[in-house]
Order: sequence, then C-alpha cells, then structure tokens
Amino acid sequence: MTTYIIRRLIQALVVLILVTLIVFFVMRLLPGDPVLIYVAQTAEFEAMPPETLDRLRAEFGLDKHIMVQYANWVAGIFRGDFGTSIFYREDVGTLMLERFPITIHLGFLAVIIGAVFGALAGMLTAVRRGKWLDKTVTPLTYGGLTIPVFLLGILLIYAFGVKLGWLPISGYTSPLDDFWLSTRQVIMPVFCLAVFGLAANARQMRSSMLEVTRQDYIRTAWAKGLGERVVVMRHMLKNSLIPVITLMGVGVSIILGGSVLVERVFAIPGVGSLFVSSIFGQDYVVVQAITLVFAVIILMVNLIVDISYAWLDPRIRYG
Amino acid sequence: MAELLKVENLKTQFNTEGGVVKAVDGISYHIDEQEIIGLVGESGCGKSVSQLSVMQLISTPGEIVGGEVIFEGQDLLKYKAHGSEMRSIRGAKIAIIFQEPMTSLNPVLTINQQLTEMLELHLKMSKKAARERAIELLSMVGIPSAKSRIDDYPHQFSGGMRQRVMIAMALSCSPKIIIADEPTTAVDVTTQAQLLELMKDMVERFKTSLVIVTHNLGVVARYAQRIYIMYAGRIVEEGTTKDIFGKPRHPYTIGLLKCIPRLDEEEGRKLVPIEGLPPNLINMPPTCAFLPRCSYKVGRCFQESWPPLKHLHGQHYISCYANTEERTSEPAAR
Repeated sequence: MTTYIIRRLIQALVVLILVTLIVFFVMRLLPGDPVLIYVAQTAEFEAMPPETLDRLRAEFGLDKHIMVQYANWVAGIFRGDFGTSIFYREDVGTLMLERFPITIHLGFLAVIIGAVFGALAGMLTAVRRGKWLDKTVTPLTYGGLTIPVFLLGILLIYAFGVKLGWLPISGYTSPLDDFWLSTRQVIMPVFCLAVFGLAANARQMRSSMLEVTRQDYIRTAWAKGLGERVVVMRHMLKNSLIPVITLMGVGVSIILGGSVLVERVFAIPGVGSLFVSSIFGQDYVVVQAITLVFAVIILMVNLIVDISYAWLDPRIRYG
Repeated sequence: MAELLKVENLKTQFNTEGGVVKAVDGISYHIDEQEIIGLVGESGCGKSVSQLSVMQLISTPGEIVGGEVIFEGQDLLKYKAHGSEMRSIRGAKIAIIFQEPMTSLNPVLTINQQLTEMLELHLKMSKKAARERAIELLSMVGIPSAKSRIDDYPHQFSGGMRQRVMIAMALSCSPKIIIADEPTTAVDVTTQAQLLELMKDMVERFKTSLVIVTHNLGVVARYAQRIYIMYAGRIVEEGTTKDIFGKPRHPYTIGLLKCIPRLDEEEGRKLVPIEGLPPNLINMPPTCAFLPRCSYKVGRCFQESWPPLKHLHGQHYISCYANTEERTSEPAAR
C-alpha cells in the first residue's frame, strides 16, 4: 500500500510539472499585456511615459526571457512564494489564503451534500423502484445533470431572493462572524454547486444498486431470513458504492470548476471569482497559482478515491 | 417418518414481455423427516424455481400464482414474502444452498460476518458465542484451521471451500430442511463427491431433511431415498430411487437413463441422447409437453391434455398414457 501511494505521488508530481508548463505558456500566449491592463484603470494612463511602463514590467520580471520567468516562478513555489499579483499588488499566497477558505467552505458543503444525499436518493429510488418516490426523483436527476449552473443560480435568486424574499441574493459572511446569516447566504450557491453531484450520484447509485440487487449473494442474504434494512445496508451498500465513489472524485473537479461560475453569480469573494477577474486582467501569477492549487486538490482527491476502493472491496489490494 | 413439508399444486410463472412463462405448473411433492429426496430435470424445467418458490424468494417478474406449501401445519404461501413470519422460516427452519459458490457469498464481507449474522438473528446468540459456533461449524464442514480463516474474505477461498462455507451456513441454525440447489454443478468432479458425502454426513448428524436439486441423475442415485423427475414445469415421474433406476416408466426418465453409462451393463451399449429440445415454456400446447420427443406416443397423447399422475404401485407414480412397461426391459434400463 505504501509503495503504491509513493508511486502515485511521483506520478502526481509529473502531472503537476505538466500543469505548470501548460498554464504558464498558455497564459503568455494570450494577446494583451497585464501591465497595460493594470495602468489602464489609473487616472494618469494617458500621460504615462513608456519608461514607466517598462519600469513596471521590470518590477514584475516581465522583461526577462520567458524561460527565465518560468524558472523563477517554479523556484519561487518551492520557497512558498507564489509571486506578486500585478493587479492587486499583493502577495499571491496571502491573496489565496483570504479567498480559499470561502471556496472550500462552499465546495466542502457541496461535496458532502452531493455525496450523502445523492447516494441516499439513489439507494431509496432503487429499493422502491417503480414506486412514486422513484418516479418523482429519477426524472429530476435528468434536470440536475443538464441545467447550467449559472442559469440555476439566476432562477434561484429570482424565486427565493427576489419573489419570495427568503434568502439573501448575494454576498458571503464567514460562519465564524454570523453563523445564521452565513448559512442563509450559502444555501443557494451550495445547492448550485451540489446539484450536478446530487443528480449524478443519485443516478449512479440507483443503477449500481439495481445491479447489485440481482447478484446471487443478495439472494443468499434474503435466504438467510434477514430483513430488508439489513440486506440493503449491510449486503448491498458497500458493493454499490464503488462506482459512486469514482464519480465523487470527478464531482470534486466539477465543483471547483462550478465555483468559478457560482461565485460570479452570487458575488462571493472566493477563489473562483478571483480566478475569473485574474484571467480578464491577465494577472499571470494569480491564474498560475490557482490552477496549480486546483490541480493539487484534484490529484489528492483522486488518490483518496483509489485508496478508498481497497477499503470498500477487499479484493482490491495495491502492491 | 412423519411428513415435514408438503407442496400441493404449486404454480409459479414469469410474466415476461414475450408472454407468460409457466416455469412451475402445478407440482406436488412431499418430504419426510430426515429424508433425502432428489428433484431431477433438465435446465429450465423449473426445478430451481420450485424451490425458490417454497422459500418465497421469487422476484419480479416472477410470481407464485397458486398452490400450497404446508410446513409445520402452516401454508407458507399465506405469509408475506418479506414479512416476519416468512423471515423466521428462512435460514432458521428451511435453508438453501445455491448453485454458484463463487457468487453466492458477499465479496465485501468476511466469512465470520456472513456466518454469524444468522446465528445472531435466529438463535439470538451474542457476537462472541456466534463466532465460536461459526468456527465450530467451519471445522465441521472440513475447513482446515477454521479459527484463522474465519476472518478471510470469500475470494481467499476456492470454489469447493466456498461451497463448504455455504453448507456450514445452511446448517448453522439446525434447520428442518436443507434445499441444495445444484450444489455441485460448479465444482470439479472430485470436489463434487466430497461435498455430497459431506452433505449426507451433515444431514444425518443434524437430523435434517435434504432436497437435492440437480440435472444429474448420478448425483441423486447414491443419496436420495425418493426421486422426482421434472419436465417442463411438471413432475412426470416419482418413486423410490429403486423404482426410478430399476423400473423407470415415464418415457422421459427412460430417455435420461439411456444417456448415462452404467457400470453393470453389458459392453458395447451405445448411449442414446433424447432427441430434440425441451419445449419453450411460453404458449405451451395443452397436450403432454414431452410428446414431440417421445418414442412411446400413442393416439391418446395427441387428443387429451397432459396426463395426470397415475399410481403404479407403492410410491411409484407416472404422468403418461402410453404403456411403457413391456419396452422398459430394453438394455437401457437393463
């Protein structure tokens, strides 16, 4: 197991190096100049002499050869220095520390809700196949899979924020400051983030439960005289979870991607909205840093998923 | 011995898109205390379905549409399929051993977990006592170093070993009846013999009755006291093992015996397969289902519906109009 984890970590490192290369060079392939974009909003833009612009470029190291820039950036990461944002004029590490807890708060809730309630819904619809619960929930999952997050967000804001006035339409408060307000604020964005996972997990769980229901060992379990609850929870659940866990790994990356949109729609100052504004501002270092952190999260989640297979299914052993 | 289980006119059908499949079409049989009976027939003749029906383990689109299963004075079919009365029978009073040892054990639970859950449920044992008992049962069915192997998972056992675990599981609550549904079909021949001997020893030791469901007449010849021959969802011949092997009277039974070799026969006899295929159980004709394959048919077979069971002598019954007696002295039946 340990050898397996070490091997996977080495593989992850290779992937991360590729990620740094791609994000670094793709950002620089984009037309435009971050320094120009930055100074364009300052009042003295018109009067700014080209020397000042050059001085600014030099300040951010943009005047050096591109390979040197890359080497400097990677070397910085190893020292824990992600560089300085051109737009915010702030250390990227500090910037991310401000923003990431917000995204993690929302994303974590969304992952948990998607996993627990999705799996639960899938289980119940499978056990009560063809009954009213199945007939109501299963069609809803099609909607959950297909609806664009931003559209859902807007619809929710319109219904619960504007028409009914039950929930605040935007903003974010730390749960440590005002737990009640914070909870009310995150309900809609978390739901938007979770909806795909909810639907996907429910569908996968339903079909894998139905698959397991037909297995010989489930007939054996019934033949032992066990009650339905024991048959489902003890004999079916673990067997059905394997494909669902795989999907949960994918779900985390979808939630990270979704946070970019959802934080925009609900005006949440998380890392997703920082990501979007940094792309528009061509704030290279910020985009690079966020991409890298996302990649690390996704790689870790996938490693955890693979390890959890062995826990679910004793036949899987990693050597 | 007293009668333990009596099945009367049991009917189970599957409502498929292609039509209604009458998998079990009115079979009646009984088993006495500590008796071993054999239920023999080709694949798809309804023998397994009939046994699953007794346990009410038929799931949609299958449906038990008629008959009675009298066990300890109660009709089991009156109970709800997953109600508490039926559950207190399953595993505790009537246990079943399935055909596929490779897939009949849950791959994600240890042998201990799978063996003890019945003991805890039906015999209200504590976890610790159940574990002790499970180890005992495992060594009884011949699993070496049961104590260290009990926490293994099924995939760490071979097919024969898993079937031993299934036997231990079936025995665990000292049931009145064990149904062995093709218990040895999926294992190799040497293991087959071992398992059958084991089962025979165990049912004697536990004073249990045993129903052996098989397509292999050879399997039941040695162990069963009485044999039921099934064809297309019905019982076509029943009798003591001596009746069936010595004086088979139904053309189907005669055919079955013609296609297995015997040690006591003259040299050079050819094995004769039964021509044709078993009928499609959808849209069955009202006449005898064996008619198209029968070499004894008489005019009456074409005119009248499936013949009812006719008493011959003792416990020997057949469902046939033809007079098969004079021809059964052929070499086939010796």
